[in-house]
Amino acid sequence: MRMINTLRKVRPLQLILFCTFAFLYIPIIALMAMSFNGSHSPFILKGFSFRWYSVLIHDTRVIHGLINTLIVATGSTILSSILGTLLAVGLHRYTKSSALNAFALAPAIVPDIVLGIGLLALYALLSVSLGLYSVLLAHVVFSMAFVTAVVKARLAHTDKYLREASMDLGATRTATFMRITVPSLAPAILAGALLAFTLSLDEFVIAFFTNGPTTPTLPIVIYSMVRFGVTPEINALATLLMLVSFTAVIIAQRMTRPSEEQ
Amino acid sequence: MTSTIPTRVSRDSEKRRDLLERMVLQGPGLLFITIFMATPITLVAIYSIFQRGRFGGIVYKATTENFTRALDPVYLGVLTDSLKIAGITTILAIAIGYPTAYAIAKLPTKWRSIALVLVVMPFWTNFLIRTYSWIMLFNREGLLNHALLKFNIIHTPLDLLYTQSAVVVGLLYGYLPLMILPLYASIERLDPQLGEAAANLGATRTRAFFSLTLPLTASGLIAGSIFVFIPSLGNFIVPELLGGGKTVMVGNLIRDQFLKARDWPFGSVLALSVIALVFIFFMLQNAVEKRFSSDAHD
Repeated sequence: MRMINTLRKVRPLQLILFCTFAFLYIPIIALMAMSFNGSHSPFILKGFSFRWYSVLIHDTRVIHGLINTLIVATGSTILSSILGTLLAVGLHRYTKSSALNAFALAPAIVPDIVLGIGLLALYALLSVSLGLYSVLLAHVVFSMAFVTAVVKARLAHTDKYLREASMDLGATRTATFMRITVPSLAPAILAGALLAFTLSLDEFVIAFFTNGPTTPTLPIVIYSMVRFGVTPEINALATLLMLVSFTAVIIAQRMTRPSEEQ
Repeated sequence: MTSTIPTRVSRDSEKRRDLLERMVLQGPGLLFITIFMATPITLVAIYSIFQRGRFGGIVYKATTENFTRALDPVYLGVLTDSLKIAGITTILAIAIGYPTAYAIAKLPTKWRSIALVLVVMPFWTNFLIRTYSWIMLFNREGLLNHALLKFNIIHTPLDLLYTQSAVVVGLLYGYLPLMILPLYASIERLDPQLGEAAANLGATRTRAFFSLTLPLTASGLIAGSIFVFIPSLGNFIVPELLGGGKTVMVGNLIRDQFLKARDWPFGSVLALSVIALVFIFFMLQNAVEKRFSSDAHD
């Protein structure tokens, strides 16, 4: 009797979960399934095939886009991890003012289109010719806000006595920072860096405005493909990208779990 | 480093070192944000009061023309449409996200983290590709029409694509995880004993929800709404891909002013209007949060 009661209690909630996950995953599964369809149109079924994967890996636009994206993502992740970590520690130690804290996190909140056109205007004013580095710098500014947020959250739980002990024992500020502060923040810095990297990989709007004509990033290549209608090549690309993201999410999950339990 | 006499000199040098440390830590980041965020937004604000040049560019002669032009019914209509679409998307995200977050919080611990990963995963997939997947579903020859025709639910294919509803679905699909996660965080923190106490004191479930659960989860609700509303409002990808030429949102307009019409001053005014709307939304949220938190403490 009790069993039936619990079942009755749980069921509507499970139904809700089922519907939400169906909504989230049906488009993705359909997209992946169609990437193995031999037909030219994603709407006509014609047997299992790897044809579109072969088209994809021979598409130089896609390969160039991928290389560009990896350059931008790697560069902006390194820069934003360093700047964001320094900023988070600095804000944690010296700044109580909420205005300055808000300013540091603002790039994450400003609508991307506003940041995009603003940066375009800035680059135009300074006559900076657009290329990969203009996208890279633009990506640093919003990635940094995410790194700062993640590292700051972690700082709230760190032990300040460890740092004081280190300084009392005669270590310089720099040595203390490198040997005590950074290692104790390592999981948060890594999580922030991973977040920065994935955000940059996927970022389209800001890249769209700050990109040079000869150096499109992968999202920009995808945009030009998607705009000109449906081709199963996009499905193949989507499937590969999803596999990469899913693996990354799982690795990230594994990495951050122990630190959460501390 | 013998600490014999704590003189004023050493305290002063300590202070000076603190200042130096603060500058080394905060300086680079804050300088970067000043150059790459504050300056661009200031530029947009400045450009909004100038005239456009004949071949693009800016003519530095002050005018209010850009602002009066934004009040033209055509552009005002696009702004209100954008607000409406972003608003409906946010409301739907709450309607779906709240029960989902609640259901996840009620799962056994082991299943909870799996459910959360499943919520996050689509979000790490390229936004353009996720939007594109709805073209495949909504197309006249798409999977949805295919299924509906096959099961004789409809007899002629429906025009699902290139409608405002398609845009709302696309935005909802894109940003739903951003609603579920903060909601889950705030629901999970709720003390289950509070609900029992309310029931013992004779509160109905509805009453308990509105006077207890809702105020206590207001912060998650507000964070989720911000995360859904802001990117929806400025979005130009979804209206372009799923709305066709028919549904134009303010994001499309801004993009076109900057890249096609090359009327930067007018584009700047439109961008400022987005910032203003976002700001108003924040103020509203702030007011709501204050009310709810004071209710919860009463």
